Amino acid sequence: MRTAGAAGRDGNDVPHLDHGAVSRETTGGNVGLPHHITTDIGQILSAPRLPLSCREPIRCSTMEAHSGVTMPSPLLDVHDLTFEVDRHAILDRLELAVRAGEIHALLGANGSGKTTLACVLMGCEGYAPSAGRVLFDGTEILPLKMHERARLGLTLAWQEPARFEGITVREFLALGKPDCAPEPALRQVGLDPDRYLNRRVDKALSGGERHRIELASVLSMKPRLAILDEPAAGIDMLSINHIIDIIRALKAGGGSVLLITHQEEVALIADRASQLCAGRIVFSGSPRAVVDHFCGRACVRCDGEVCNYVRA
Amino acid sequence: MSGLDVLKQALPMVGAEASVLDDTRTAHVVAQGHRILSQRTVPGLRLDMEETADAIAGRLVVEAGAQIEQPIHLCFGLAHPTGVQRIRIDVAVLEGARARVLSHCLFPFAKAAEHRMQAVVQVGAGASLTYTEGHYHGAHGGMQVVPHATIRIGKGARYFSDFSLLSGSVGNLDIDYVVEVEEEGIAELGAKIFAHRSDRILLKEAVMLRGDRSRSLIKTRVVLEDQAQAEITGITEAYAKGARGHVDCMEIVQGQARACAIPIVKVFHPEAKVTHEAAIGSVDRKELETLMARGLSPEQAIELIVSGILR
Repeated sequence: MRTAGAAGRDGNDVPHLDHGAVSRETTGGNVGLPHHITTDIGQILSAPRLPLSCREPIRCSTMEAHSGVTMPSPLLDVHDLTFEVDRHAILDRLELAVRAGEIHALLGANGSGKTTLACVLMGCEGYAPSAGRVLFDGTEILPLKMHERARLGLTLAWQEPARFEGITVREFLALGKPDCAPEPALRQVGLDPDRYLNRRVDKALSGGERHRIELASVLSMKPRLAILDEPAAGIDMLSINHIIDIIRALKAGGGSVLLITHQEEVALIADRASQLCAGRIVFSGSPRAVVDHFCGRACVRCDGEVCNYVRA
Repeated sequence: MSGLDVLKQALPMVGAEASVLDDTRTAHVVAQGHRILSQRTVPGLRLDMEETADAIAGRLVVEAGAQIEQPIHLCFGLAHPTGVQRIRIDVAVLEGARARVLSHCLFPFAKAAEHRMQAVVQVGAGASLTYTEGHYHGAHGGMQVVPHATIRIGKGARYFSDFSLLSGSVGNLDIDYVVEVEEEGIAELGAKIFAHRSDRILLKEAVMLRGDRSRSLIKTRVVLEDQAQAEITGITEAYAKGARGHVDCMEIVQGQARACAIPIVKVFHPEAKVTHEAAIGSVDRKELETLMARGLSPEQAIELIVSGILR
């Protein structure tokens, strides 16, 4: 087994792919540049890969970049986002773009910063970044409070949803859109409205039921961008398709989804995907390519300071 | 306006309608201070309340096997800013009987008033009593309320109580309930209180699980804001085989309020089990953020969470 050393933050160490020429061409134009990243890089990535350090962000060239086609501005545009805890960067100059109407999967090992990114984007307490910008449909949202971001159309479904004493499912689903009937959203997540609407969103619900109700509330809200943190966690295998349908329904309704997941079958429904490692997007492209990169011949270890790709 | 009219007008503050007192199928007692203003009984119920020099005193007996369909309304209160009301009442739900009691304690204008209740409740074998007690103490915070009760739950009997004080001021509240549960009996004691300003709450509920397979739950929900203070003591002692008890106390503290929860659980039999959970603090951050992520302002989110807890 061979490991690659970490590239320095100052950029003196040039990240390398052993399929050299390809890597130079695909990364060179974009390293250090903002946010316009990737489309399908599956073909490029199908070439054998050897270890690389991922302290420098890897950018995959976009067809539009080469063709000169101008893409519309992303709905979510993240620049140079840094979030630190005790001077340790959990998000490290992160660059990410989610386009309007797309499902963008975010993959990464445990501790790579996925949930932290979700919390920073949503504006959760204690998640104020130390640097960077986040544009939501052109509006800088970092100065905004959480509910102000939600009112712009951004929302988050937590991996471990909160439970509420006394609040019924009907009330919970009406939070985002009080005038919206809750039944269709419940049916979409595979729950019978007759059985669930008057139940309370409390600890009497199983983890899977609570998860589905969380997703139903997002559906009811009809957000412009839903950040779904592990939406299929705790969902039985037979019901995964419900979750996939929900994610697609969000897109079909005109929304976008930033989909944080560890499950391959869920990730593969995305239009694009990115891999997060040690707080940086290290790889972007088609979901298949990113899943292969993440799960395929390379395995990934993040120790917080250094992220090494290790030849399997 | 008569005392009866004042109390009738205040009934909606505890979720009741004045018209219920006109329903001939519904038993009730209405007492203002130490005067009984209205009283009605129904078949299966003996209601013997009387005025004494310093109290309203008497008995409420549900006869053996009687099934009282409509709730029995006990409406106590003061129509004036000052005064004292003492209630001494024995409640007996005899063997196999079933009844619901809605107790309304109304002090809408209280500025320096006092309400004391001393109750002895017996729920006979196989009987069932649901006792729902709603209080409204007005806006001034000048009430002193001291309800004390001893409750005995017979073999296989069921007792459910729910105390609520959710609007207006609390004043000084000192509740002390002791419940004894016999074999296969069930006791559930609930309390929901919203305190503000300089309100003071002492709430002590003790359940003694004496009989085999007896069960109990003490569930308390208190929300405090401003400078309000509360000390909540939930005691469960299990003495018999298969006895099961649980104490569940949640206090939400805002502003400069202070809260103390004291769960005391004791087990005196190797096959008994008692558990407890207590949570004191501000509104749960994750609950708050979930609601804010749906577009509610922090104030709206806190209001919804608190209303849910106190529901």
